[in-house]
Amino acid sequence: MQGVQSNIRTSIIWSVTDTIVITRRNLLRYVRLPQLLIFSTIQPVMLLLLFNYVFGGAIYTGGIDYIQFLLPGFFVQTVLFGSTQTSVGLAEDLSKGLIDRFRSLPMARLAVLAGRTLADTARYTFLIVLMIAVGSAIGFRFQGGIPDAAAAVFIVVLFGFAFTWVSAFIGMTVKDVETAQVAGFVWVFPLVFASSMFVPIETMPGWLQAFAKVNPVTATTDLVRALSLGLPVQQSLWQTFAWIGGLLAVFFPLAIRRYRQMS
Amino acid sequence: MTQDTITVETKDISKSFGKIKALNGVDLEVRRGMVMALLGPNGSGKTTFVRILTTLLKPDRGWAKVAGYDVVHQASAVRQVIGLTGQYAAVDENLTGQENLEMIGQLYHLRRADARRRATELLESFTLNDAANQRVKTYSGGMRRRLDLAASLIARPPILFLDEPTTGLDPRSRLDLWEIIINLTKEGTTIFLTTQYLEEADRLANTIAVLDKGRIIRQGTSQELKACCGGDVLVQVSIADRTQIGQATEALSELGNGKMQVIDELGQISIPIAGGSYLLPEVVRRLDTSGISISDLSLRQPTLDNVFLALTGHSAEEGENEPRETSTTA
Repeated sequence: MQGVQSNIRTSIIWSVTDTIVITRRNLLRYVRLPQLLIFSTIQPVMLLLLFNYVFGGAIYTGGIDYIQFLLPGFFVQTVLFGSTQTSVGLAEDLSKGLIDRFRSLPMARLAVLAGRTLADTARYTFLIVLMIAVGSAIGFRFQGGIPDAAAAVFIVVLFGFAFTWVSAFIGMTVKDVETAQVAGFVWVFPLVFASSMFVPIETMPGWLQAFAKVNPVTATTDLVRALSLGLPVQQSLWQTFAWIGGLLAVFFPLAIRRYRQMS
Repeated sequence: MTQDTITVETKDISKSFGKIKALNGVDLEVRRGMVMALLGPNGSGKTTFVRILTTLLKPDRGWAKVAGYDVVHQASAVRQVIGLTGQYAAVDENLTGQENLEMIGQLYHLRRADARRRATELLESFTLNDAANQRVKTYSGGMRRRLDLAASLIARPPILFLDEPTTGLDPRSRLDLWEIIINLTKEGTTIFLTTQYLEEADRLANTIAVLDKGRIIRQGTSQELKACCGGDVLVQVSIADRTQIGQATEALSELGNGKMQVIDELGQISIPIAGGSYLLPEVVRRLDTSGISISDLSLRQPTLDNVFLALTGHSAEEGENEPRETSTTA
């Protein structure tokens, strides 16, 4: 029995240390390619400014400033687009033979995927902090105090983490860098735009409203927006956590299975 | 030969991709400390076989054991005792040479200090120490291959798999890599390598197995293999007028000590002989007597193509049943 226990303990320790090694390796890429970091930072900031000043005047948001309405949605948008990079990174490693090498090592089966999803999570968490800074400069304020603000950021990061596993599954399935890039946009665009992220959903046609209402992005945006503006959270709280839990419960094991059974 | 000296053993290994049979019943034994070369053209199933032995792919039929562990049911035990260097240099371009090796060392669960020491040691012995702290992006093809090989040696695995270790390298880098591999065998590492080059197998391996269309068609030492195509040297003659190929074949019949090989389209005839160049004047005399002019005449080592022709009657042309192999010679 003791042998079995210490085996389990060793494999848990290895899962953690191997994941740290791979996460570090993935993050080093941004240190080594500063231009990649700069441009992947400029892009969301630019979009935020464009959306705010181009659409801000035209969209009626019930009396609150558009930036107050927009920025919580932008957090969610940032993590969703950020999560599409997970499949691209994995497809890249596959095409270069690195995944083959990792799979031939006595390392934890979980580490290659977890190291990728965690590195991507770290990257967009940095972007969210940056968004808050830029948003503050153009009039955004958290209205509900520090605990609510922290909860908002935490929920967005967790939501993105769930989607990195969807993306990991896609990457391990399509196995090709270009396809992974295109595939990411196909599922992210409808989720992002057919939601309460940029406009109140009451302005959409009925059939689209029906989709927007069940869209996990709507629930999460509503929750993050409520926490940011200091409003009551209502049913969006459990809806958001149900989606996060559900996505992780389905796609975490699916992605790991794909990795193990790859040929 | 006792059971425990066999360190790689396969029985009836078969694998298909859709309708294509990549491997069709491969039986093989490799003894400890030996160098086994799996020789075959592109598409013969070499890479598929290595991927099965290194737990990357499951066979459809048959079983394989590495160091006594089953590659399917005890895959994680197998991974503890093997090192793999694939066809492409699987190293991270954004990391330095040192960082790449340390990372792999850590993933073998060496202690950090040990991984660092071992990385430095390997970079030194593979003459990469000057480039140790440069990013791999700046490395040449030969340097990447050496780093890739170093990565698979970091935990001193007793069994090493090398899948076409020198394909795509320039002659100088190839010689460097051969020297490294020969040194490894002196340390007692068991090596299983695949190659398309008879010369490489000849230079490195104790035993050569020839793979054709997913089957092993011959196994033996380099000497035995060359003997099967009649000798260790070939007299190769090209005639100026290809329409005279029939005449020429007739004029040269009964020469040499193996089956003559004729490639009509090139007007080329190869005659195996066992050492020496005594046959050259005779070839010239006979063709001259028949009024056939020669455009080229040479003595050379038999290649995989010659062995293949002798063994199978068809040349070692590129197969299409293993796209993974053909697309990655960079």
